[in-house]
Amino acid sequence: MKKTRRWLPGARWLVILPPYAWMLLFFAIPFAIALKISFAHSLIAMPPYSDLITWNGTGSPTISLNTANYLFLLTDNLYYKSYLSSLEIASISTLLCLLVGYPIAYAIARLPTSTRNIALMLVILPSWTSFLIRIYAWMGILKNNGLLNNFLIWLGVIHEPLHILHTNVAVYIGIVYAYLPFMVLPLYTNLVKLDLRYLEAAYDLGARPWKVFLKITLPLSRSGIIAGSMLVLIPAVGEFVIPELLGGPDTLMIGKVLWTEFFDNRDWPVASAVSTIMLILLLVPIVIFHHYESKELESKLT
Amino acid sequence: MSQRSGLSPGLKVMLALGFAFLYLPILSLIVYSFNESKLVTVWSGFSFKWYGELFDDAGIMDAAWVSIRIAFFTACASVVLATVAAMVMTRFLKFRGKTLFGALITAPLVMPEVITGLSILLLFVSIGMARGMTTIWIAHVTFCVSFVAVVVSSRLGELDKSIEEAAMDLGANRVKVFFLITLPIIMPALISGWLLAFTLSIDDLVVASFVSGPSSTTLPMKVFSSVRLGLSPKINALATLMILSVSIAAVFAWWLMARDEKRRQLDMQMALQQG
Repeated sequence: MKKTRRWLPGARWLVILPPYAWMLLFFAIPFAIALKISFAHSLIAMPPYSDLITWNGTGSPTISLNTANYLFLLTDNLYYKSYLSSLEIASISTLLCLLVGYPIAYAIARLPTSTRNIALMLVILPSWTSFLIRIYAWMGILKNNGLLNNFLIWLGVIHEPLHILHTNVAVYIGIVYAYLPFMVLPLYTNLVKLDLRYLEAAYDLGARPWKVFLKITLPLSRSGIIAGSMLVLIPAVGEFVIPELLGGPDTLMIGKVLWTEFFDNRDWPVASAVSTIMLILLLVPIVIFHHYESKELESKLT
Repeated sequence: MSQRSGLSPGLKVMLALGFAFLYLPILSLIVYSFNESKLVTVWSGFSFKWYGELFDDAGIMDAAWVSIRIAFFTACASVVLATVAAMVMTRFLKFRGKTLFGALITAPLVMPEVITGLSILLLFVSIGMARGMTTIWIAHVTFCVSFVAVVVSSRLGELDKSIEEAAMDLGANRVKVFFLITLPIIMPALISGWLLAFTLSIDDLVVASFVSGPSSTTLPMKVFSSVRLGLSPKINALATLMILSVSIAAVFAWWLMARDEKRRQLDMQMALQQG
C-alpha cells in the first residue's frame, strides 16, 4: 500500500508500541516468570518461593535450578492422570460441541438474510450473560431432585432419579453449553460463504443428500471446523469452574489441580510447573488456532 | 446468494432444539428467582422476597460495586488499546515483529484462564506490586484487548479503504484521517467492543481470584463462594437482574450495528462528497 509513506518511521512505532508493550509486559513476560518460578523451592514466606540466583560474598552469582517440581509431577500419578483426563474430557466435549453446533450453524447459514442475523444474535446472547451463572443453572437442573429428574419422573420415563450432577457427564454438558457459541460462530462464518451452486451441481448429477454433505459441504467447511474446535478445546483443557461446580470428586482436571496447588497447598513453584507443562501441551493447538483464526474468526464475532 | 427454499424440517427441528438447549436453563433461573421457597427447585408460590434479601446483602452489593468499577475502566482502556492494535493489524502491512504482535493479540482468546491468572500474578509479585483493584484491572484489560481487537479489526477489514485514501490524496494526514473519517465509521464496533469488554470483565472469576487483594472481592468471587455451598434463591435473583441488564445492552448493541449497516452506504457517500 503506497499510503504508508505518510508515516514517519518514528510515528509508526509510536502507534505500534502501546499495545505491543502492554501485551509483552502483561501477557508474554508472565509466562517466562512462571517458568522461572517453576524451578524455585517452595518457602513459607512472602513471596513463597526461593530466588534462583543468589549473590555470594565475592559478587559472583550462583544459579540453583530446582528440578524437583517437575520430577514430582512426573512421579506422582495424580498429575499424569489429570493431564490425560483433562485432554480426554476436553476432546470428548469438543466433539459433542461440534455435533451439536454444526447443524445449528448450518441451519442459520441457510436462513433468509433477514432472520439470519437475529438467529445468530440469539446464539451469541447467552455467552454475554455470566458464565458462572449459566453453570449454576445446570446445578439446579441436573441434581438428584432437580428439574430434569423431576420432569423425567413426572413423565414416567424413570422412577429413580438419575445421578448426573457431580459426574463427568455433567462436566460434558457444562462445557458443551458454555462453549457452544464459540463453536457455532466460526462454523457459521464459514458455512454462510458456501457456494450453493456446488451443491446444486451435485444434486443435478444425482448425488444423495448425505453424499453431498460428506463430499462437498464437510470438506469445504474444514477451516471452520478446526477454528471452532480449537476455540473450545484449548480453554476447556484448563477449565476450572465447570469441573469444580458440576464435576465430582473423581473428576480429574488439570485446571482444578493447579487451583488446589496454588490456593489450598500454597505451593507456587509446583503450580507454576503445572501451568508450564499445560502451556507446552497446548502450544500446538494454539499455533493451529492462530493460523486459522486470522482466516475464520476475524469477520464475525460481534 | 440465492435462497432456493426454506429450511428442511430436520434443520428446523435442530434449530429449535438448539435454542431450547441454550435458553431453557436461563429461563429456569429466572422462574425460580420468583419462588417463595428456599428450596430452589421446589415451587411454592410467587414472591419478590429474594430480590429484597439480595439488596440487603451488603457483601454482595459491595462486591457488585467493585466489579462494576473495574469493568468500566477495563472496557475504556481495552477499547483504546484494541483500536490501536486493530489499526496496526489491518493498516500496517509490514513491521519488525508483526508475527509476534499477531500472536500476542490472538493467543489470549483461547489461553486457559488458570494459566493467564497465575502467570500475571507471579509478575505482580516479582515486581512487588500490591494486589487490589488495579492489578485486576490490568489483568482484565490484557485479555479483553484481544476480544475487542477481533471486533474492531473485522469492522476495519470491511471498511472501504477508498474513502481514507481519497482523504489522504486531498492532503489530510494519517492522524486527521483516523479521527475525522475512520473513527466515526467504526464507532458502532467500538461501542459493541466496549460492551463486550465490560461483560467479560464483570464475569471473570478465575483471573480475578489470582490477582485480587484482601479488599477487592469481585462479584463473581462472591457468587462462587456462595454457589460452592449449594443453590441459593438469592443467586437466582442476582442472575435474573444480570440477564436483564445484559439483554438490554445486547439488544442496544445489536440495534446500533443494524442501524449502522443501513446508514453505512449513506455515510460513505457523504464522506466522499465532503472530501
